[in-house]
Amino acid sequence: MSPETVRTRTRPEAAISDRPPAVAIAAAVVGGLFFALPLAGLVWRAPWSSVAAELASQPARDALRLSMVTSLAATAVALVLGVPLAWVQARVAYPGKRVVRALTTLPMVLPPVVGGVALLLALGRRGIVGSQLDRIGVNLPFTTAGAILAQTFVAMPFLVLTLEAAFRSADHRLEEAARTLGATRLCVFRRVTLPLVAPSLLAGTVLCWARALGEFGATITFAGNLEGRTQTLPLFVYVKLEGSNPESAIVLSLVLLAVSLAVLISLRDRWLTVR
Amino acid sequence: MLTVSGCASDQPGTGPAPQLGSDSSRAPALTGALTVFAAASLTESFSDLRATLKASAPGLALTYSFGASGPLVSQVIQGAPADVIATADEVTMKRLTDASLVEAPVIFARNQLEILVAPGNPRGVKALADLARSDLKVVLADDTVPAGRYAAEALAAAGTTVSPVSREVDVKSAAAKVILGEADATIVYVTDVTAAGSRGEGIAIPPAFNVVAEYPLAIVKEAPNRAAAAALVESLVEGAGQDALRRRGFLPPPR
Repeated sequence: MSPETVRTRTRPEAAISDRPPAVAIAAAVVGGLFFALPLAGLVWRAPWSSVAAELASQPARDALRLSMVTSLAATAVALVLGVPLAWVQARVAYPGKRVVRALTTLPMVLPPVVGGVALLLALGRRGIVGSQLDRIGVNLPFTTAGAILAQTFVAMPFLVLTLEAAFRSADHRLEEAARTLGATRLCVFRRVTLPLVAPSLLAGTVLCWARALGEFGATITFAGNLEGRTQTLPLFVYVKLEGSNPESAIVLSLVLLAVSLAVLISLRDRWLTVR
Repeated sequence: MLTVSGCASDQPGTGPAPQLGSDSSRAPALTGALTVFAAASLTESFSDLRATLKASAPGLALTYSFGASGPLVSQVIQGAPADVIATADEVTMKRLTDASLVEAPVIFARNQLEILVAPGNPRGVKALADLARSDLKVVLADDTVPAGRYAAEALAAAGTTVSPVSREVDVKSAAAKVILGEADATIVYVTDVTAAGSRGEGIAIPPAFNVVAEYPLAIVKEAPNRAAAAALVESLVEGAGQDALRRRGFLPPPR
């Protein structure tokens, strides 16, 4: 602690300082640099002269299209399944609830490749459920649907956890008031509960989408890597890194970066704060 | 002074029994920490070598990094602290020689391709041409991986066009898909089929279509432990290392 700060604290008229503490600023700067430097490295080392050619290539356009389609689809599935799950976890008491919460958190701690292997063992040709699906002609590995499933598996927990916390802390009294005024449960959910948790829903959805967009390990293990069908942008970048021209991987990484930044920057602060 | 070590191979197909140099005369150099980057297909043989060296070179702390040749080379270019690097083809090693990062590479082993299928060959795959069947799920290593390039050469020689369901990022992943039962067939190295053991079955590729993969080995110029690196290279070219490679199915380097 600098002597300056100590003196400020002992002087009663300046007991509440308007300046943020220097230590916090220093740590924050380091934290900011930690994120900014690798990204600056990408921009600095990108072979800008070949950017246009790289992006115009069919594999690159396929990869970008697939990434957009699969990540958005995965987010949609996560919403359809995750919102009810989060609500049940927050509002309904049942035996084994803690186990279910642990299970929904599992994909976040599992290495993605392990998640992919687990999906294969469950839904692959010889899997527990997969073998039955195979019998009726439904094959998930090596398909775009498989890629969407892999992304949903790793990304949904982000949505569920964010939303569950929000449902739990939403003011029940407002919902109860609506009920006493005669609203049906569905109406209460639509007109009272959801607006109450809207900021968390938005934040959770964006997190989920971002995670799905960046997914690599589970996708390549479960869905494989085929241009136009399962080769999303992260897979394409990795494959490029193995090739004779690894610098082209940088260009594609920048595309991913630009897309993500565009979405995140467009999210206004006030949409994400609880009023 | 040449002695034949206790584990000299008399396996069919490897030619006359190799005259292996005595590693005990080189053991003094095989000490310290040594980092070796090696292509994925070398996993089993190099691991065997480490087990052997635990006894004959107790002062050696050997660390391996196995992976697809391309990323390993990229890591060395970026400054990763490797002493020795072994890739699965010369195209990948050329990136290092072009950048003047390694000493002159030496071919230390050769490998050939084989088709890998599930045990019992339930889909009745008999030749490369069968891989074009529409009812088969075939995976191949990606073209950016040596094994993928070799497989493409073999398929081109056989005049077969295959539509794989996935292009794996290294040869071991391709083998894993067949072992797990997700894919029906893949083209991997002979050594990978051997490594799969009872979990897979190999279908031979005739010499007319098969490809001889040549594995180069090089000492990194800025290697932290050059003495041990040189000793290990010698062992791999004509010592206990070469022996470990032969036992796993690799062919000797050209003389």
